[in-house]
Formats: sequence, C-alpha cells, structure tokens
Amino acid sequence: MSRLSRIGDWFEQRLQIGGAVREAAEHPVPRKSASWFYVFGSAALTIFILQVFTGIMLALIYVPSAAEAWNSLQFLNHTVTLGWFLRAVHGWGSNFMVAVVLIHMCQVFLFGAYKFPRELTWIVGVFLLLMTLAMAFTGQVMRFDQDAYWGLGIGASICGRVPVIGSYVVHLLLGGPIIAGATLSRFFALHVFIIPALLIGLVSLHLLMVLKLGVNEWPMPGRVVRRSTYMQEYHELTHKRGVPFVPVAIWKDMFFSAAIIVAVMACAAYFGPFGPTGYPNPTIIQTVPKPDFFFLWLYAMLALLPPSVETPLLLIGPVIAIGFLVLLPFISGEGEKSWKRRPIAVVTLLLIAVALGTFTKLATYSPWSPVMDGWSSDPVPVEFLNGRTPLQRQGALVFQGKQCRNCHALDGVGGKRGPELDRVATRMTHDQLVRQVIQGGGNMPAYGKNLNPAEVTALVSFLETLHPPNQLPARDAARQAVTPLQ
Amino acid sequence: MSSQPEPTNQQSEKNEISRREVFVKIGVLLNGLAAVILATPIIGYLVSPILEAKGNGYKRWIVLGELDEFPENQTRLARFKNPITGVSDGQTDDIPCWVRRLSGDQFQVFAINCAHLGCPVRWFPQSGLFMCPCHGGVYYQDGSRASGPPPRGLFEYQYKVEDGKLMIFAGQLPTLSTTAALRKRSGGCQG
Repeated sequence: MSRLSRIGDWFEQRLQIGGAVREAAEHPVPRKSASWFYVFGSAALTIFILQVFTGIMLALIYVPSAAEAWNSLQFLNHTVTLGWFLRAVHGWGSNFMVAVVLIHMCQVFLFGAYKFPRELTWIVGVFLLLMTLAMAFTGQVMRFDQDAYWGLGIGASICGRVPVIGSYVVHLLLGGPIIAGATLSRFFALHVFIIPALLIGLVSLHLLMVLKLGVNEWPMPGRVVRRSTYMQEYHELTHKRGVPFVPVAIWKDMFFSAAIIVAVMACAAYFGPFGPTGYPNPTIIQTVPKPDFFFLWLYAMLALLPPSVETPLLLIGPVIAIGFLVLLPFISGEGEKSWKRRPIAVVTLLLIAVALGTFTKLATYSPWSPVMDGWSSDPVPVEFLNGRTPLQRQGALVFQGKQCRNCHALDGVGGKRGPELDRVATRMTHDQLVRQVIQGGGNMPAYGKNLNPAEVTALVSFLETLHPPNQLPARDAARQAVTPLQ
Repeated sequence: MSSQPEPTNQQSEKNEISRREVFVKIGVLLNGLAAVILATPIIGYLVSPILEAKGNGYKRWIVLGELDEFPENQTRLARFKNPITGVSDGQTDDIPCWVRRLSGDQFQVFAINCAHLGCPVRWFPQSGLFMCPCHGGVYYQDGSRASGPPPRGLFEYQYKVEDGKLMIFAGQLPTLSTTAALRKRSGGCQG
C-alpha cells in the first residue's frame, strides 16, 4: 500500500464520505444531457466561487465607511500592487455572473427543466437569480461614488412610494434620515454577510436537488412529462442507457468554466476596474448618475412609464413577475418539454429579451433627459445662420441662450427630449410656434414668463427659417384662403 | 392516587417516555422564551431608524445663512450640515438646497432631490427652469412641475427669518412619503 493511499484510508476511516462522494460524482445522466447546453449552471457556480474569493481579497483593503470607502478604492486602484486587477476581476465577474445566471435560466426554461419533479429546483433558482441581482446592486453601492450615492437616492425614492409604511421603509433602508455612513454600513452587511450566506445555502439546496432528482433529460418533441410515468421513464434513461457524470459529462463543464474564468480575466485586464466615478459629496450636483449595465433597463423604464401608472407598476410589477416565475412549474408542471412544441414559451422569452435589450440600449444615451450642457457646448451651426436677417440671428441667440438646445437638437447636436428642430417650420405655422413657445405643452415647459415679447418674436422668426431650401414652410390654410379677397 | 392500580413494567416505561416528552416540550418552550427575550432588543436595534424618525425626530431648525447672501429675485445653491450625523459620514451629511428669494422675507427653499426619484436638480437661470439629469423631470422657478415624470412639484422646506438669518426646518432625505415637512403648495399651472 502506498503512503498516499494509507493517508487516504486514515481520513476515510474517520470521515466516511468516500462512498457518497463517488456516488455523487458518478451519478448517471441521460446520454444526450452530457451536452454543451448543460454547462451554464456549473459556470455560474464557478463564477460565484471566484466572486467570493476576490471579494475576500478586496475586503483586505476596502473600508466600509462613507468617509473612507472612495479613498480606499482609489488606493486599491493606484497604490496596492495589482489591486486594480482584483477590483476589475470582481467587477467583471459580477457582470459575467448575472449574464451566465440569466442564460442558465433561459436554457432551463426552454428545455422545460422546471417541470415535474424539478419544481422546487426551479423555485430555488428564481431566488438565486434575485440574490444575484441583489449582489449586483449592493456591489454597486460598495463602489461608493456619485452613481452609488444617487442610486441609493433612487432606491429610497422608490421605497418612499410604498403606501402607508413608505417612510418606515425609507428609514430602514437608509439606516437613518439621509444617505450617509449608516447606509453604506448596512449595504456592506448585506453584500458581504447576509446575501452571500443566503446564496451559499440556496446554491447547496439547488445542487442537492440536481443530484437527487438527476439532471434534465434532453427534450424530445412528443416525449411528454406525466407525473404518473415520469420517474419510471427517467430511470430508464439514466440507469439503463445513461452515462456517469464523471468523466463523460464533466469535462465539458470544466472546459466552459475555465473559458469563463479566462474571459473574466481578459476583460479585467483589458478594460480595467469600474470606477469609482466622482467623490460622493451630494453638494457636487454637476453629475449625471447612471446605474450599472444590468439595471439600465430599469433606469429606462422609470423614465418612460406614464407617471400615472408608475407607482403601481413599480410596486406591483415585481410581485407579479416573481409570482409568475415561482408559480410557473405549477401552471405547466406536465406536458411537452421541447421548445419545438412550446411556441408561446419561445415567443414570450424573445419578447422579454427584445424589450429588455431595447430599454438597455435606450438607457445608454437616455434620450428622455435634457442634455445639461447642450446650450453651452455647441454653437448654432453656420448653415442655419447664413443669409439670415439680424432679427432671425437674434432669435438663434435666444434659442441658444434660453437652453432650448438642452432638449432640441439642431443638425443632430443637442438634447433628444423634444423633437429635432431642423425642419420645424415645415410642421408648424407662425401662430403655432408662438403658442408652443409661450404655453408649452406636450411635455414642453411654458416659456411665457421667461421670454419677453421681443425675444419671442426673434425666436419664432428664427424657427420659421428652419426648413429645407426646396420645401416651403407650413402655412395657415384659412389665412391663405382669405388673402385674395382682401 | 391510591385508587390507581400498581403500574406494570410496561406501563412504567410508557410513563417514563411521556415524562421525557414533557421535558422536551418544556425545553422547546424555554428556548422559545429565550428566543423571544433575545429577539426583542435585536428588533428594537434594527428598527431604531424608524423609532427615531417619529414625529419630527430627525428635523431641526438650521441656519442657512445671512439674508444678504441671497439676492432678491434670484435662486442660489445653499448647503447645510445635516443635524443628525453619524461617525463615518464623510461629506455625505453636507446637504445642498436651492434658495429662491422672492423679495424681503419671502423665500422658497427647495430640496435638491427631484420629486420623481431623488436625483439632484440643476437650476438654469436663463430659462428659469430646474432640470433633472436622470429621467427628464423639469420644474418652473416656483418649483411647480413643468414636464417629465415627476408626480408633483419640488419638495419645499419650511423656513423662517430670525435675526437677519434664513433658517429651514430640515434633516431627512425628502421622498414622496418622507417629505421634508414641507409646505403644502397649491399645484401651479401645468400648461
């Protein structure tokens, strides 16, 4: 007997877990499930372990104090050897983890793996997704910069919309009257102790059920799940025609996990760490706060929802969404697993993906926000001033000086809150322009109090020149009809 | 007691078990009691931010500055130290606000936070508008909503003038349910 196996035996005599470990490793999986489509769950676990490890590394330096957090991140970025790289790996690891968990969920959904008897595995998975998103949000707060500060303000404002107990929720969230040291401390406790503990517990439960119930078989059109016969059929697939997980399936998981880790490190090395952006001093108001990538869709929705339904949707929407995900395996616990026979499932998933993708894309340039320096950064293009009268040029000055450009683009430069005005004269008559400027409407503020009559006259005469040379400005048809009679 | 028959061996064993069951139940009860006693201070500790907020618990009268720091018919950014501070606040307890002096002792003091979702609004004197950088909220110079998603006008602090100083009643982040106790305002024209 070699020395090594004698040491092994010494431990085995005391621990007695060798058999269970071997059984778990060699549990039979359906032959076709040893597939590249089944690698996302293990990859999510791998990234989670990476996050725990790099998180502990960062905690060696990071100071969870509103006074020091930002400085400690700068210290990590610039002074500590390879501190920037560990921050970058943790930050990119977070993005990859959310992405991989979402892909894993889509795959499980499309392959019908949430159906009998894996309902509870799916439900635990839903909470794992929520915990992952909670980690991403609280992690953004750890990067205690201006985005984090005002992001907390948005979180508190959403809580403030809860009826009756809103103020309690706000003060519990903030740990006091304002966003301050206590707020960061409690988000630190959430990010480092509470949510990771829940994640470890739920991941263990999730994995245990995967081992006990077996990995989902490859869905075949026409192979229908029935509670009465499924266990028997699955047993057939695994114990008669199956293959052992180790070594037949595991090498694909290992290859993919390694590739993901390398990808995280490559992004970290190439793109570097995230922030921190500006110092978290609320009196610095020259800031345009934005959330991290995976919350951009929410940021866009908050801008685009009609104000009247915003509060109900914000408060009830998540309950409905989570409720639906939890109830899904009970709504369709049996039946076809194959996506080829589940068109509604496929269309639903595509619809959600397209919607979230569109919102995310919009949020990258937030067309609903006035561009704060639109009026002072770019002059009115020369072609809009050539050959114009002094009054029209004065109007261009009013246009620029009154910050119209913050919301209206000229020649593609400026805000997108309101319509681009390059051709506004073809759409609106003189009278309509005057009315719109003075009274506003259609989401435009009224400028009646801030423009004197001379300024309105100049501004409108400038706006009337904004039409292509080969296209006449809009005319008031009624007035045209009357003119020949005079 | 004496009327009861002598317990057989088997019966005594049964009694023995039921006695143990009673002890287990008492044990559970004792631990439950201990848990409740332990939980009470912990819950008190956790919800203390709510208890302290009761009434106007977080709010104080704060001096914003001398009257002549605020020219008439202008809107200026002012800042104050939050009355309740913690040990590790850094600069997060420096709170900005917008002060609009109409004339004499007539003021409007607006919270910096947009009534939509709390982002910092900026004042543009040229167009007389407050604009929010997050979701496109815009307000007129009197704080009433001009356009965008905000459900109301800007939050306003209560103010008073004492000894030539402007004071406001402030101390907590204003949201739709934790308004900075702010004067009820009649909704302005939203044309």
